[in-house]
Amino acid sequence: MAEKTYREALKEAMTEEMERDESVLLLGEDIGVYGGTHLITDGLLDMFGKKRVIDTPISEAGFTGAAIGMAMMGLRPVVEMMTWNFSFIAADQIIQNAAKVRYFSGGQVQVPLVIRGPNGGGVQLSAQHTHSLESFYGHFPGLKVVAPVTPADVKGMMISSIRDPNPVIFLEAGALYGTRGEVPEGEHTVPFGKARVAREGSDVTLVAYGRQVLLCERAAERLAEDGIEAEVIDLRSIRPLDEETVIESVRKTHRAVSVQEQWRYYGVSSEIAAIIQEKAFDYLDAPVERVSGAEVPAPYARNLELMCFPSEEQVVEVARRVLYQEV
Amino acid sequence: MADEKQTEVSAAVDPERLVRLYREMVLVREFEEASQRSFRQGKIGGYLHVYTGQEAVAAGFLSQKKEEDKVITAYRDHAHALMLGADPKEAMAELFGKRTGMVKGKGGSMHLFDVDRGLMGGYGIVGGHVPLGVGIAYALRYRGSDGICQLYLGDGAVQTGAFHEAANLAGLWGRDGMCPVVFIVENNQYAMGTSVERSTANPDFAGKFEAYGIESEKVDGMSLEAVLEAGGRVFEEVRESGKAYAIEAITYRIAPHGAADFFEKYRTKEEVREWRQKDPIGLLEQRLLDLDAVDEEKLQEIKDEAKRTIEEAVRFADESEEPPPEELYTDVYAGEDEYLGKE
Repeated sequence: MAEKTYREALKEAMTEEMERDESVLLLGEDIGVYGGTHLITDGLLDMFGKKRVIDTPISEAGFTGAAIGMAMMGLRPVVEMMTWNFSFIAADQIIQNAAKVRYFSGGQVQVPLVIRGPNGGGVQLSAQHTHSLESFYGHFPGLKVVAPVTPADVKGMMISSIRDPNPVIFLEAGALYGTRGEVPEGEHTVPFGKARVAREGSDVTLVAYGRQVLLCERAAERLAEDGIEAEVIDLRSIRPLDEETVIESVRKTHRAVSVQEQWRYYGVSSEIAAIIQEKAFDYLDAPVERVSGAEVPAPYARNLELMCFPSEEQVVEVARRVLYQEV
Repeated sequence: MADEKQTEVSAAVDPERLVRLYREMVLVREFEEASQRSFRQGKIGGYLHVYTGQEAVAAGFLSQKKEEDKVITAYRDHAHALMLGADPKEAMAELFGKRTGMVKGKGGSMHLFDVDRGLMGGYGIVGGHVPLGVGIAYALRYRGSDGICQLYLGDGAVQTGAFHEAANLAGLWGRDGMCPVVFIVENNQYAMGTSVERSTANPDFAGKFEAYGIESEKVDGMSLEAVLEAGGRVFEEVRESGKAYAIEAITYRIAPHGAADFFEKYRTKEEVREWRQKDPIGLLEQRLLDLDAVDEEKLQEIKDEAKRTIEEAVRFADESEEPPPEELYTDVYAGEDEYLGKE
C-alpha cells in the first residue's frame, strides 16, 4: 500500500471509476480548466475531456438539478459543491428531487448521484463558509450521507458512492485534504453503514465521524497516559448509521461521549445519545454526554474559532466526567 | 398575415389526424371534469390542478414525440400522461390514491410518471423540475441518442431562480450541441392568482430566453394546428442542432388553479367568458365541421365515447384497493437497502 493524501485518494477513486465506467462524469464550479478550488480534480479535464468534466457557472441549483436529471437517465454524475456552504442554494434540488423522486415515481426512476465537497470548519472562513451539514442532510430519507476521515476510507467510500444507485451526500473533511495515510491500490470499496473501531478500549466509548475522529484519537492517547482506555468509534456514515457497533462498544465500556463539530441541538450526537439510551440503557453507568460546537455562527479570529469547535481538552475533560473522575 | 398562416397550416394538416387529436383533447377534458367532481366528493385528496382550456398545447406537441424523446412537466400533468398513452384508469386510480395508480398511489395528481413512454414525471415545486429537464437533454446527447426533451413549464416557473440557472446552462451546453431541449412555456396567464403582468417586469418571455442565447417563438396555444406546425418544425430543428429552443404557447386556464380557488378575486367573469370563445376544443370542432372531416353526430359520438371511458376509469379507481401497508417502505432507496431507518 502506498501512502497518499486525502486529496489524492479522492482523485484516485474518481479517476478509476471514470476509466471503468463511461457513465461517470463530473460537474462543478472551476473543476476543469482551473483544476478545482481544492485541486481535487486537477488534470481530469485533460484526461477525460469537457463532455465528462463540466465546468459550470455559479448555479448550484441549476447544475445540481441537471445532474439529477442525468442520473435519472442512467448516468452517474459526481457533483462538486465547491464547499457545502453553497449547497443551501441547491437544497431544493437535493431534498425535493434527488431524495424523493424514486418514491413519488413509485420506483420508476433511481438517482445514482454523488454530491461531494468540503464540509466543516477550522480554517478561519467565518460564518457563511463554515457549516457541518451531516444532520441537516442526514434528516432526509432517500439520501445517503457519509463523512469519511482516513484516506483509505475516502477512496473506498467514494468508489462505493459512485456505484450506489442512490443519491449520496459525500462530506469531506476540508481541513484534512493534505493529511496522509495508507491507501489500497485499485479496487477498494468500503460499504456504507459499517462503523470503524479506530482505537480499541474498555473504559469509555468516544463516538465521532470526520475530522473529530482524529481529535478523539488524540484525546484517547492523553487519557491512556492516565491509564484510561478509550474506545474510538468512527461512524463513517451518518445515514445509514451503524447502531450495532456503537451499542456493542457501550455494552463493553458502559460510558459514552459523542463528539461533533456541528451545533449541539438536533445534531448527530443527540441521535447517538438517544439510540444508546434506547438500546443500551441497562448497560450505562453514566449519562451519555455530547461535545459539540459552540452555539454561535462561526467567528473569524483564530482564538475565537478555536473556542468554537470541540477541543482535545474538552473531550478529555468530558470523558473523565462520565468516568466520575472530576478534574 | 393571420389568414395567410391559417391557409398554410391547413394545407399541411391531415383532417384524420385532427380528428384523432380532437378525440384525445375531449378525453382529457372529460378526465379533468370527472376529477373535479371526484375531488368535491372527497374521493381525491391533496391538490388537484386541471388542464381545462390548455388541451391543444399538450395534444399538438406530445403527438409529435418520437420514441427516444423524453417529457417532463410540473404538477398540471394529467393531460401529458394521458396524451402519451397512459391508461385513464391508472391515471384516475393514482388521483384516488390506489395501488393500481400510475405510481402505486405514492405520488398522486402532481406526480404522474410513465417512464416507459418517456414521461419523466410531474413535479410539485414550481420551477424545480426545469434543471432536471436540461440534464435529461444532456444525457440524451451524452448517450448518443438523437432524442430531445420536451420540457413543459408554466409562466410562473419563468420567475424562479431554478429556471434562470437552468436556462443559462441549456444555452451554454447547446453551444456544443449537447442540449436538445425544447422549453414549452404553457403561458396560461396566471401563476395561481397572480397574472403575468403582476409577476414580471418584462412580460415578453422571448427576452428572458434571449438572455441565455436561446431562440424562441410564440404560438397560439388555443389553435391545435398552430401548435402542430410549431412542434413539427422546432422539434426536428432541435433534434438536428442539439441546441435549446423555447416556445411560448399562449393559452388560458379556463378552470380554477386548483380545486379550491378564489376564482373571481383575480380575474373577471368577462375575461373568462372572452377566453371561453377561444376554447381550443370549441375552435377545433368548428374547424373539423368546416373541413367536412366530421358532422355533428360524429362529434357527439366522440364525446359520448370519452364520457364512457372516463366513467369506467372513475369506477375502476373507486373499486381499486388501497396500497398495501408494506408499500410505505418500498421505493425509498434503490438497490438492496429497503429502508435504512426502518425500526
